Amino acid sequence: MAKIPLSWAQLTHEKMRLVIALAGIGFADLLMFIQFGFRDALFESAVSFHAQLKGDIFITSPQSTALIAMKSFPQRRLYQALSFNGVTGISPVYLGFGLWRNPAPDKSNTRQLMVIGFDPANPIFEMPEVKDNLDKIKLSDVVLFDRASRPEFGPVAEYFNQGKPVQTEIDNRRVTVKGLFTLGASFGADGNIITSDLNFLRIFQSRRSRGLIDIGIVHLQPGTDVKAVVAKMRETLPQDVTIASKEEFIAVERKYWEESTAIGFIFTLGAAMGFIVGIVIVYQILYTDVNDHLPEYATLKAMGYKDGYFLSVVFQEALILAILGYLPGLGISVGLYGLARTATSLPMYMNLGKVVTVFTMTVIMCSVSGAIAVRKLQAADPADIF
Amino acid sequence: MNTLPVVSIKNLNHSFGEGQLCKQTLFNINLEIYPGEIVLMTGPSGSGKTTLLTLIGALRSIQEGSLKILDQELRGTGKNKLVKVRRDIGYIFQAHNLLKCLTARQNVQMSLELHSDLSRQETNDKIEGMLQAVGLGERMDYYPDSLSGGQKQRVAIARALVSQPKLVLADEPTAALDSKSGRDVVEIMRGLAKEQHSTILLVTHDNRILDIADRIIHMEDGYLAQDTSTAAATGVLSER
Repeated sequence: MAKIPLSWAQLTHEKMRLVIALAGIGFADLLMFIQFGFRDALFESAVSFHAQLKGDIFITSPQSTALIAMKSFPQRRLYQALSFNGVTGISPVYLGFGLWRNPAPDKSNTRQLMVIGFDPANPIFEMPEVKDNLDKIKLSDVVLFDRASRPEFGPVAEYFNQGKPVQTEIDNRRVTVKGLFTLGASFGADGNIITSDLNFLRIFQSRRSRGLIDIGIVHLQPGTDVKAVVAKMRETLPQDVTIASKEEFIAVERKYWEESTAIGFIFTLGAAMGFIVGIVIVYQILYTDVNDHLPEYATLKAMGYKDGYFLSVVFQEALILAILGYLPGLGISVGLYGLARTATSLPMYMNLGKVVTVFTMTVIMCSVSGAIAVRKLQAADPADIF
Repeated sequence: MNTLPVVSIKNLNHSFGEGQLCKQTLFNINLEIYPGEIVLMTGPSGSGKTTLLTLIGALRSIQEGSLKILDQELRGTGKNKLVKVRRDIGYIFQAHNLLKCLTARQNVQMSLELHSDLSRQETNDKIEGMLQAVGLGERMDYYPDSLSGGQKQRVAIARALVSQPKLVLADEPTAALDSKSGRDVVEIMRGLAKEQHSTILLVTHDNRILDIADRIIHMEDGYLAQDTSTAAATGVLSER
């Protein structure tokens, strides 16, 4: 006969207590998943613009720290990149923040959004909705609007889809919306506009002169060793520009938000609190379990079971609770992520990283509780049951 | 007798507490119990009989004197050795102490798991045989919640005896039972013990069962006051 699984038998004998324990663990896991989910979503959204850009090498000013704080630099360096082997083309990118006026007649509030300008002859986005409208933005004062912008910018997508003309102002410059695309909010602005470089300069004419760009994108022949070209450029071009591959470009932006702002700390702290809640709940359950079974354990000790046996029973219980409690927590979290996506437009998605991290933390959480609860085992003295 | 005593106690003393609160509970105990004997230990509360039982059962450390179980000296033995000695002893408690989350069959199996040199089939046979011998053949898969007091005590006996220990220690096994159940319980114990040539040491207040014993030991205030064979104590010849 197989060895008796005492840990399983004990846990399942009191169904109510088991359900409460699993609910507690599931809740703690939910807390951790939500915190990590928001954290990851915020960081993802910070680099969604970067990820959408089409290109192999990205040139920026060394003084640029993040998308909200770009320093313009002369496009001369970008043109110099043309001379390198493997380069097939370049795309200068203008970035700016302007005040958009809500086109709804009963409201005319303004709100800051990001304006992205590029030369339609050298497009920077793969998005079909942008590619299809390249001719439109060649026209004077024509822009494309991000339908994922917040509602405070006005019912632009609604009007456009109804066929109504959408005319409004950015920084007091009259513009017309002739197309929609989807990009999403970043930390700098929760609305975006795409237009041509010339239109950009018209909007920002008082602040920006021609040729002062924010990002210089370099396109390479497919199959070229990107790292090698990056290295060559770093060697050859002067130090007044920063050269980066696409991964490095994204990583730098991500790092800015992860390390030099409070966001990472806030959500990690939140997750840690969920972890502590979990430890307390599981400890309560295991302690009560051990306490209730003390006479039985004392009997087993009298029969000749070693101390190590009881330790393993408690840890097995902790592990079973961890696994059984994790699964509903995971399931509910996936549902909650969907809800949060709809409510905040943030890219909250379950991924392998979070699944593994939270599972590991659940196992640690239950093991720590188990380790504290086993101290109670010492009270099981066989000599006292006579 | 030429055979080795199962329990051999010489000059055993025992105290509880430390310093000013130190109280001596056992005084100069000398006792020998031989294989196959059924020994009853009587005495008022506080006489030290339970303390003596726990010492014989390797559940407490020996402070002073010598106590040998199956020729194994317990004084000065390490914890691991003590645990091993316990596996050769069967325990029956007043409050049966069955595991509530296991069936009768599984409770008995917990005892056999400490002696892992049997095959699956042999283990199963032993368990079923023992439960049938105590009259619970029909209730092997019942949980303790669904058994009466007498039935639970019988499962406890099955658990204590299934691994055929040389020594069986019982503490007031009939105290929580009515006279019929109590009688049945001790008859079963005696029968099985005789079959397996085990020795029984039984602590009790219960006057109704004194006749099953070969010897009666009386404890009083920590002293072994009287040690009589039942023949002498009750005037009746007992079976050997």
